[in-house]
Amino acid sequence: MRVDPGTGPERSTGQLPQGTAVQANVASRQRRGKVWQTLMLISTIIGIVVLIMLGFNIVNDAFGGIAVQEVVEVETLTGGPQLDELGQAELIAILEANLRSRVLRNLEKEQPLTERSEEDLRELILAEIVKPEVVDIYPLSEFLFNRAAIKAELAERFPRAELQFKSWLNWNFIVSPMSSDPLQAGIRTAILGTLWLLFLTMLIAFPLGVGAAIYLEEYKGDKPFDERNPVGRAVNQFIQRAAGLIETNIYNLSGVPSIIYGILGLAIFVRALEAITSGSIFAGGDTTANGRTIISAALTMALLILPVVIISSQEAIRAVPGSLRQASYGLGATKWQTVWNVVLPNALPGILTGTILAISRAIGETAPLIVIGASTFIVTDPENIFSKFTVLPIQIYNWTARPQEAFRAIAAAAIIVLLIILVTLNAAAITLRNYLRAKRVS
Amino acid sequence: MADQARVSAEQRAVLADSTTRTVDLHKRTRIGESIIQTTLFICGFVSIFTTIGIVYVLFQESFSFFADPAVTLVEFFTNTVWQPQISQFGVLPLVNATLVTSLIAMFVAVPLGLGTAIYLSEYASDRARAILKPVVELLAGIPTVVYGFFALTFVTPILRGIFGRDVVSVYNMLSAGLVVGVLITPVIATLSEDALSAVPRSLRQASFGLGATKWETAIKIVVPAALSGILAGSIVAMSRAVGETMVVAMAAGASPNFTWNVFEPAETMTGHIARISGGDLSYGSIDYRSIFAIGLVLFFITLALNIASRQVIRRFREVYE
Repeated sequence: MRVDPGTGPERSTGQLPQGTAVQANVASRQRRGKVWQTLMLISTIIGIVVLIMLGFNIVNDAFGGIAVQEVVEVETLTGGPQLDELGQAELIAILEANLRSRVLRNLEKEQPLTERSEEDLRELILAEIVKPEVVDIYPLSEFLFNRAAIKAELAERFPRAELQFKSWLNWNFIVSPMSSDPLQAGIRTAILGTLWLLFLTMLIAFPLGVGAAIYLEEYKGDKPFDERNPVGRAVNQFIQRAAGLIETNIYNLSGVPSIIYGILGLAIFVRALEAITSGSIFAGGDTTANGRTIISAALTMALLILPVVIISSQEAIRAVPGSLRQASYGLGATKWQTVWNVVLPNALPGILTGTILAISRAIGETAPLIVIGASTFIVTDPENIFSKFTVLPIQIYNWTARPQEAFRAIAAAAIIVLLIILVTLNAAAITLRNYLRAKRVS
Repeated sequence: MADQARVSAEQRAVLADSTTRTVDLHKRTRIGESIIQTTLFICGFVSIFTTIGIVYVLFQESFSFFADPAVTLVEFFTNTVWQPQISQFGVLPLVNATLVTSLIAMFVAVPLGLGTAIYLSEYASDRARAILKPVVELLAGIPTVVYGFFALTFVTPILRGIFGRDVVSVYNMLSAGLVVGVLITPVIATLSEDALSAVPRSLRQASFGLGATKWETAIKIVVPAALSGILAGSIVAMSRAVGETMVVAMAAGASPNFTWNVFEPAETMTGHIARISGGDLSYGSIDYRSIFAIGLVLFFITLALNIASRQVIRRFREVYE
């Protein structure tokens, strides 16, 4: 630790600076300090700026304008009024006048036109005759600030097209199943898949992680079996050695890239344990899934977050004061009674917060799921743990990779949904912690 | 009377026995407690199983990969072409792309992360910290697939606008590297800030007392004292960058390409694993086995980096009491 005595020219003479030289020296050093301080501040602000750009980027793509062109305009069909203003008879007349007789016959065969509701008929006219088609899409910023130019360009290329505002994030998008048409596509199956994965991963990782943490914090060093029995002694020795390894191992595991866990899952859960994870040994399971199922994904994800769950649970358990344990022992409680009745209730807020935060990281993970082979296109909802599945990040990845702009727009909308789920999880973690803390204090 | 005498003799015998019997002071094993403890131990042992599983799986499939006549170990590490279709298996282009993107990321993340850490620990008021720290943590909480989207749809168009559309490809290493840099900045920032905050106040006060300015104190006293933590944090961040998959898979391109030109597309190790396994892989094919060999290389690189970071902490840590 050394500090330069001074930076002025006086240093060479071996004398400290005097008088105005001191003031000049101090002032210049202060100035230099200020400049650097500003640089440090800027590097901090860059983080905020990137965050804002990221948000802008997503919102800009998830909302915006679309240019819709109709094959036949509604006004030409009806001679002026909108479709909502017409009654059933008039709607049927339009259909009969504009559709070919073969198409009409087919429609009649499905359900006679006169028996259909007005709403149905209107949809039929839109789908069969008007056929609105999206000819171009624009991100939000262009739609808002560059509308004149867009309109001019549209008038040239698609004279009949109409510019509308479009929120790609809408209720239909959330509840519709997958589709190869970006305008129809929804994320219903992906949301369900994400929720299944969330609960299943939690179910596996929570008991394992907390159990391991309890062992490392409370039992490490104990000898569970009779020392006088040679078998017991051998087992004790093995446990002692392994316990020392576990902690180093957890630290190293937390540094393993997530994609490696995917490779592990692919080889073990998807392939080696295929009979179990595809559900084929339990009759009635969806055996077509060939091991690339929700349960394989959940097991892989559980292993991935296990180190984080263990480490945060360990911290929570360590924070419980030793005096509480001593009091419990003093009342004659056994070790497990102490752990179960005293240590765990006190550590629970911390454990839950850590676990939920770990799980919210798993929800955003994509790489391991790609490797174990999540489906990119399924239309059926996941029904049980042996179903094929897709999750939100996989859809985002898949849609972003496509060249059409409409897919990019729905990818952005899916990102917003994913972020909302993550924020909800984090908020739940904080609320739960505060609630449990308040309960214990009172 | 005789009866009484017999009884008292028995009692005497019992008494005599109790005085000579050795008292068992060993801990008595409770079977229930033993079962619970063993169960908990097995929970902990799952993590060791995971490691064994990873190492076993990677090695076993890699062996069958190298057992294939089309592949040799030497070729794997020296050939600069990776084209499974024509039996060219050189891992170098993949390693090279990983290296380039990670180095770009470090060029972004070290100054930004360190700057943020110094600002937060040395300059920021409590109120500023309360606002800025969550922002840094927020950056760390965003899923990587979102960063991938950002790289491809925002950063790449900007780069193409700056350097020209014919210079910068749609998929390029620079965009991916920059965004991975943003992604690992919070790692460096939080780990470095922890290290800086752990430096005792007395060191700073001594420095102020000698007339040093705030900046001089920060850069000449606090940073050197916390250097081991900062270094370790940077190494951990590097390992994160090497293992990062989604950003490079989405923005860096999908063709193995041995190049140092950051404007060109090139596939990293992680990106290649993701792309190959994304399709329907048939088990036992050479493609399937190749991902394990690449995974093994990746595993060792990250393991080495993690061990290095621990060594740095152990060797160079300055302890203050």
